[in-house]
Amino acid sequence: MAIKWLIDASYFVAAVLFILGLKGMSSPVSARKGIVWAGVGMVLATVVTFLTPGMNNFALMVLAIALGGALAWISGKKVAMTDMPQMVAIYNGMGGGAAAAIAAVEFARGEMHGTVVTLLATLGALIGAVSFAGSVVAWAKLQGVMKSAFRLPAQNVVNIVLALAAVGLGAAIVLAPAIDPMLVVAFFVLSLVLGTIITLPIGGADMPVVISLFNAFTGLAVGFEGFVMGIPALIIAGIVVGAAGTLLTQLMAKAMNRPISNILFVPMAAAGGGEAVEGEQKEIGAMDAAAVMRYASKVIIVPGYGMAVAGAQHKVWEMSELLEEAGVEVVFAIHPVAGRMPGHMNVLLAEAGVPYEKIFDLEEINGDFAQADVALVIGANDVVNPSARTDKSSPIYGMPILNADLAQNVIVVKRGKGTGYSGIENALFYKDNTRLLYGSAQQAIGEVIQHVKALSV
Amino acid sequence: MDGFVALYIFMLAAFTGYEVISRVPVILHTPLMSGSNFVHGVVLVGGMIALGQAETPLEQAIGFVAVLLGAANAAGGYVVTERMLAMFKSKEKK
Repeated sequence: MAIKWLIDASYFVAAVLFILGLKGMSSPVSARKGIVWAGVGMVLATVVTFLTPGMNNFALMVLAIALGGALAWISGKKVAMTDMPQMVAIYNGMGGGAAAAIAAVEFARGEMHGTVVTLLATLGALIGAVSFAGSVVAWAKLQGVMKSAFRLPAQNVVNIVLALAAVGLGAAIVLAPAIDPMLVVAFFVLSLVLGTIITLPIGGADMPVVISLFNAFTGLAVGFEGFVMGIPALIIAGIVVGAAGTLLTQLMAKAMNRPISNILFVPMAAAGGGEAVEGEQKEIGAMDAAAVMRYASKVIIVPGYGMAVAGAQHKVWEMSELLEEAGVEVVFAIHPVAGRMPGHMNVLLAEAGVPYEKIFDLEEINGDFAQADVALVIGANDVVNPSARTDKSSPIYGMPILNADLAQNVIVVKRGKGTGYSGIENALFYKDNTRLLYGSAQQAIGEVIQHVKALSV
Repeated sequence: MDGFVALYIFMLAAFTGYEVISRVPVILHTPLMSGSNFVHGVVLVGGMIALGQAETPLEQAIGFVAVLLGAANAAGGYVVTERMLAMFKSKEKK
């Protein structure tokens, strides 16, 4: 009895720590402490579980924990910050897989207590398996293992048929008087196929929303299996994450101006669309760019994923520090979907040593562009395209953008004259006050740094 | 577990999640996603209990997979979240 009490109390403490940990993430100051406390909760919950009366297979258990934990720990330590989204996707998929596997064990044992328990176990299994398969596909795409979006003919019909079939099989399992192994196997296979097929046609730009959605899915699956196992800590942790993930998914979809149903079921308009852009692109050299920024009083830097791919964030920060020493106010403006995940760019800048006080999001900074002397756009494209405000025929019309075009001068660092990731022509590049600095971000900013130094002597 | 008690837990947890997250600034969204990803790694505990009660080799095998995946979710989620958050520095600390 005492042991049972100890276990329940520990689970309770763990649940409290999880919530406090997530709460700590509301500020960069307390965020790190938050995750450490949540970690303490996890260790506590795991350790006391070993004390559960009537358990067997301890050797297998320790082996599985050591193996899974060590592999994930090492890969997590090694992964580059730019690859973070796919890493989160794969860990998330594993959680979903674990939830589905728990349900599978319960089915294999064949003793379900009541319709509600079977229903939730089945629901958790379905969601968990979809999340697992979908996350693996998401990982493969972002990692570059799987190159292009793959769309079946009549994709949506296939999705719906598969989903209905999976739900139908699930219902059959719940309603059957005894558990039929063939039915269960078919159900799991179908769920996995469903997760794969849903995710396959989704393009790279929409992937963060999908990962976030699967994160919420896994949370729900964990919560449902928690009910099946009778562990409130799992229910709380799972449902909290499910709700949080749902909210986060909505926020991201809103930032991209695409409803979630759109992302899942409608492919992004192919290249083109929108009005043709008048005018020509005007070039600027590194020396002039350096001079414009050196003698400005306020520079707003708009970094995009292109900067991160080029690994230029350290150079950009070095340049910012030089400009600041020369008395220029430098801040960073981050679009909510800059990078491959919301907030991804913040992580990449933080890695380069940029203090978070200098980083502003869209709503905070958009009013400031009109007062800025220079907006420096590095490797960003659609998120500064003024067509989103003005051109109703543009595929990105209505998407909130950073109003870089309102700055006195706009300098765009760009590899070449192409249209970039989405293939949409950018009116910003043709404006009278815009100058283009061609070259890879790394090399172009490197040159600017040299010239800023020369000017400061 | 009593169905209605569980329902109350579901409901309260859902509101808690929503409230806690709605205050998180955009700059922390990536660590947050990864952090919430870590929190559902507690599925490991469910996996351990499932494996602990497993009797046949089939149950053991699936239970093993559950614990393996759950442990990877928890460990990986923690490491990447901690790494990201450790990088967020303030001007003053430099």
